[in-house]
Amino acid sequence: MSTPNSNGRVITMGQAIKEALAEELRRDPTVYVMGEDVAEAGTAFKVLKGLVDEFGPDRVIDSPISEPGITGLGVGAAMTGMRPVVDIMFGDFSTLIMDQMVNQAAKIHYMSGGKLKVPMVLRTTMGATRRSAAQHSQSLHAWFSHVPGVKVVVPSTPYDAKGLLKTAIRDDNPVVFFEDKMMYQLKGEVPEEEYTIPLGVADIKREGTDITIVATSSMVQVSLAAADKLAEIGISAEVVDPRCTFPLDKDALINSAKKTSRALVVDEGYERYGVTAELASVIADGAFYYLDAPVKRMGAMDVPIPFSPVLEDLTVPTPDTVFEMAKTLCGVN
Amino acid sequence: MAKAKSTKPAGKGAGKPAGKPAGKEDVEDLLQMYEQMVRIREFEDKVNELYTTAKMPGLAHLYIGEEAIAVGVCEALNSDDYITSTHRGHGHCIAKGAAVDIMFAELLGKAAGYCGGKGGSMHIADQANGNLGANAIVGGSAGIAAGAAFSAKRLGTGQVAVCFFGEGALGQGLLYETMNMAQLWKLPVIFVCENNMYNEYTHYNETAAGTLAGRAEAFGIHTEEIDGQDIRVVNEAAKRLVERARKGEGPSFLICNTYRYHGHHVGDIDRAYYRPKEEEQEWQQRDPITILADWIIGQKLSDQSVLDHIQADVKSEVARGAEFALNAPFPDPSEVNTNVYA
Repeated sequence: MSTPNSNGRVITMGQAIKEALAEELRRDPTVYVMGEDVAEAGTAFKVLKGLVDEFGPDRVIDSPISEPGITGLGVGAAMTGMRPVVDIMFGDFSTLIMDQMVNQAAKIHYMSGGKLKVPMVLRTTMGATRRSAAQHSQSLHAWFSHVPGVKVVVPSTPYDAKGLLKTAIRDDNPVVFFEDKMMYQLKGEVPEEEYTIPLGVADIKREGTDITIVATSSMVQVSLAAADKLAEIGISAEVVDPRCTFPLDKDALINSAKKTSRALVVDEGYERYGVTAELASVIADGAFYYLDAPVKRMGAMDVPIPFSPVLEDLTVPTPDTVFEMAKTLCGVN
Repeated sequence: MAKAKSTKPAGKGAGKPAGKPAGKEDVEDLLQMYEQMVRIREFEDKVNELYTTAKMPGLAHLYIGEEAIAVGVCEALNSDDYITSTHRGHGHCIAKGAAVDIMFAELLGKAAGYCGGKGGSMHIADQANGNLGANAIVGGSAGIAAGAAFSAKRLGTGQVAVCFFGEGALGQGLLYETMNMAQLWKLPVIFVCENNMYNEYTHYNETAAGTLAGRAEAFGIHTEEIDGQDIRVVNEAAKRLVERARKGEGPSFLICNTYRYHGHHVGDIDRAYYRPKEEEQEWQQRDPITILADWIIGQKLSDQSVLDHIQADVKSEVARGAEFALNAPFPDPSEVNTNVYA
């Protein structure tokens, strides 16, 4: 894949997401955005601020607080010629839309023997440490990743977010696009020219030789910071970002683990039955004879996310905890 | 389980068909509606037979007794108008134009079925005729129907969408979220409630507070409650509501009072604990096919022999369709993981 030149243009993750939406709204008249406070308010996170000014309230549509309703409406619109982008403010509200996503959107293509399609994007958020407590802080991407018929994107940089969102909108399947709400202000180089990134292609965010750290979404940034610290003590860490939990670029994970002989998987979802378990299993299965140590995994602590900052910060992996785990895995005391 | 109340079949719901004499075109319409109701009845009788002789896997929820609603509504639609259907959906599928042989093939899980055997009775879809699919989640298709109406409005196609559901769906929140948005945005969607009085095995008096009409009226949605056994009443109401929707006047709610002759599903045979035999017999006195036949003969619009001929033709079509499906091959095992993603 050739990477377009950004010519040094640096924008935030939030701006990259808005730019992807604007480009797709401009390109394809069947694309629309619907959600709570997406128009004048530009979402609760202000990510879409100004989008309605260009495209008007018929295409950037404020909805009632009816998550199942707008998701169901999106499914039906997608089946009949539109390309909806449904905005679910907090990933925690996934609980409300699961029937429409799991029993409807995910299955309609299969149940109809391939006759009907649901080209819909569901944008939602993940990520803790915003002091938003138990019902506004979870990372529930594993739930969707579990369901055949759905694709799941977990971007970690502004560049990836823009290219992947554009691809997601053009995809003929339901795609859930998870934005870590703590990364909206993250800056990175993003070209102005048109580009897309295929779903299911991992990206090596940092090359290394001693240990593979597979990380998703905000955990990529955490792992890159850990890799800097590891380098200071002579450990060369490779950070691999799958970018999608499905389709999953298994080869990239396995090949990296074969090269380094050690693997650690870091993800912000709950560790129990989570994304880390699946990715670790893929690596253990595919790179077994090359591994010098068991595959380790780090996810969110298996507790409801607490409010108190002192407690909340304990629940997610940090550069320090990832550093310590990687160090141990490499046999360094 | 409390004893069922409100068991009178007649007189529930207003709406009398106009008494004007029928023209030639009307006669053709009436005979077409008669044929479609008979087709559903014969199809469902055959499904019952296939199921009880262990030739059909899974579940079957028969539509017998409610034929006037599917046919009366769908005859008011164009073939590119959309419908969404329910677990009790064979009638809607036929009424929207599906062929019985391909339907039987789907119900038997055969490759020749509408969904290649992957959907079955509860998920049958017929995209070519605007049928966006039966749905086994009660009320689950309300959003889909409104979404199809949203598309039609946005794309300016003039299509309308009909959402069929039973009164059991009145317990689902999604329906009310959808009604709210449909009215806010004046979407061309018609919510058709087939009130057969039983949420599976429980009378709706035990599950629905207030009035049925009041639910949609609260959103300012145009609401009509009619006799769902008289197809002329149903068809006239549907034409009115479709016209409203096409003119941009927004959604409507049509409550059709009806009765499910059989149980919740084919295996629901002992029903006395939830509804009395007398009630079943009483409702069968108002059979939708008989009501229309009596009107056609009574008004001298056609002869009994014509109706008999229709019946005989449909019966043999259904027999041939079932035979085709029974002899048709199952899907190739390699089909199991195709169509997961588009």
